[in-house]
Amino acid sequence: MSQQKHPIMGWIDDRLPVTVTYEKHMSKYYAPKNFNFWYFFGVLSMLMLVNQILTGIWLTMNFTPSADAAFASVEYIMRDVEWGWLLRYMHSTGATFFFIAIYLHMFRAVLYGSYQKPRELIWLFGMGIYLALMAEAFMGYVLPWGQMSYWGAQVIISLFGAIPVIGDDLTTWIRGDFLISGATLNRFFALHVIAVPLVIVALVVLHLLALHEVGSNNPDGVDIKKHKDENGVPLDGVPFHPFYTVHDMVGIVVFLMVFCSVMFFFPMGGGFMLEYANFEPANGLKTPEHIAPVWYFGAFYTILRAIPDKLLGVIAMGAAIAILFVLPWLDRSPVRSIRYKGLISKTLIPIFGVVFAILTWLGTQPSDGYFLGLINNTTLAQWLTAFYFGYFLLMPFYTRMEKTKPVPERVTGGH
Amino acid sequence: MSQDGVNNSRRLLLLGSTAAVGAVGAGFVAVPFLASWNPSEKAKAAGAPAKVDISKLEPGAMLTAEWRGKPVYVVRRTQDVLGMLEGLEDRLKDPANGNKAQQPTYADNLQRSRKPEFLVLLGVCTHLGCAPKFYAEVKPEPFDADWKGGFFCPCHGSRFDMSGRVFSGSPAADNLIVPPYSFEGDNVLVIGIDEETA
Repeated sequence: MSQQKHPIMGWIDDRLPVTVTYEKHMSKYYAPKNFNFWYFFGVLSMLMLVNQILTGIWLTMNFTPSADAAFASVEYIMRDVEWGWLLRYMHSTGATFFFIAIYLHMFRAVLYGSYQKPRELIWLFGMGIYLALMAEAFMGYVLPWGQMSYWGAQVIISLFGAIPVIGDDLTTWIRGDFLISGATLNRFFALHVIAVPLVIVALVVLHLLALHEVGSNNPDGVDIKKHKDENGVPLDGVPFHPFYTVHDMVGIVVFLMVFCSVMFFFPMGGGFMLEYANFEPANGLKTPEHIAPVWYFGAFYTILRAIPDKLLGVIAMGAAIAILFVLPWLDRSPVRSIRYKGLISKTLIPIFGVVFAILTWLGTQPSDGYFLGLINNTTLAQWLTAFYFGYFLLMPFYTRMEKTKPVPERVTGGH
Repeated sequence: MSQDGVNNSRRLLLLGSTAAVGAVGAGFVAVPFLASWNPSEKAKAAGAPAKVDISKLEPGAMLTAEWRGKPVYVVRRTQDVLGMLEGLEDRLKDPANGNKAQQPTYADNLQRSRKPEFLVLLGVCTHLGCAPKFYAEVKPEPFDADWKGGFFCPCHGSRFDMSGRVFSGSPAADNLIVPPYSFEGDNVLVIGIDEETA
């Protein structure tokens, strides 16, 4: 396949490493050939990032970041701007699908131990993206200046008030006022459209550079670089382009079909994506009857509520996120993939997935309700919170103790 | 360039001192960026007192006033309600106003008010800032079977009695805040000013 390089390409390559970069990251980046369903969600997250940036830029063209005009300007976008409703629903639905993709992407890493040595930095950059994304989504939800925007911001910013000594001054500093006001809205707009997106894009670049340095993990968790052919190409690897670019297109099309179905037919997601209370302008004197976060914050909100003490609740919520950062050092298993881990891990990983889903669900429900009519939501939340922390804190012990299966030399299955 | 005769300790000193001076400079430059997040002069000036006509407030009823953009609850308590304030001590986190920051000195009493009849509270939950709801009736509620009337926060279930004292088992740690207030004559409540003006 020795092609003569076009003279123009040669001229550019002497001045800018275009071909070398393209080969390093696309045509000569060898990804394991046994990727499965779970490996779609990285590229899908990137697709949603592009969607959010593009539609976001267009929304700023008609949005007014002031307490007096924000709510009306969103309605203006919805009713009077040509295709404004579509741009806004692409953005709001995009937020939900971004989180769906990110959560499945993270769970993939848990399933196959993709955070283990030598991929710790990839995981840390990824967690950084997740944290920035939560800040981004929170501030974005404040912008329409509805009731839920206002009271959601009130609750979240008040969390910082739980910090001893500096708490009160810190919340005033974040708000820029003695209450949530136009000053808060305006700075959140700046952070939402400029500052945090820059951080996210930078972290995505680092995430990918770190990934391409050590190479992708795979469902077997074996190192494909151990067996190479005479040209130094991994025997179990295929070039990312064209193999996975084409392969990913199938995933993208299916994902966009689901995305469009939701966007066109259920843009409010039954009140889980856009809450009904948010169709009422912000009113600082009246808290809505039932305030709940958007679904993707549900799990951490449940953990916050599960503990009947302000400071401890905030600490637990912070710890629930912080503990994810150290996951690479909690897992002491000699194998990466769930396929070869012992019985305890094999059982706990799927249960953890279910527990996280129930915690998420509980975050959207009133704390005095009953789950499936069986158990008080708060009691259940407390048990599941205990499981959540137990799963991580006991990980160093059970992953080391359990009997693992031998890992094959080469990847299994494949094509 | 020749590396002969390089004075390494001198290089280290220059490197260290340049970095130190640079860091101090960066620190100074950070000040305007960080300080610009503080409330502006305009926001600080917006603290005018609010006057509320309380002549039409029925015994047992509550009205919500606005002061500095926050809700202020004014409740006209009946003798029955005032009588029930005693005897709740065991169920409260801070029955005797131990946290002095939650009320002015003139409200540091059992009724947490200037005039026992009128309760004035900031309608901001001391947990995470929602506006608690007023449940005046003495009857079993879903959140408390032995409810003696008071405030319930819909966000995270904090409960407060008829003088804004927090019940044990609530996520909130402190009693509801009593803002500074005074009366002008019998019918006008002034929120935001401590001194009696009448």
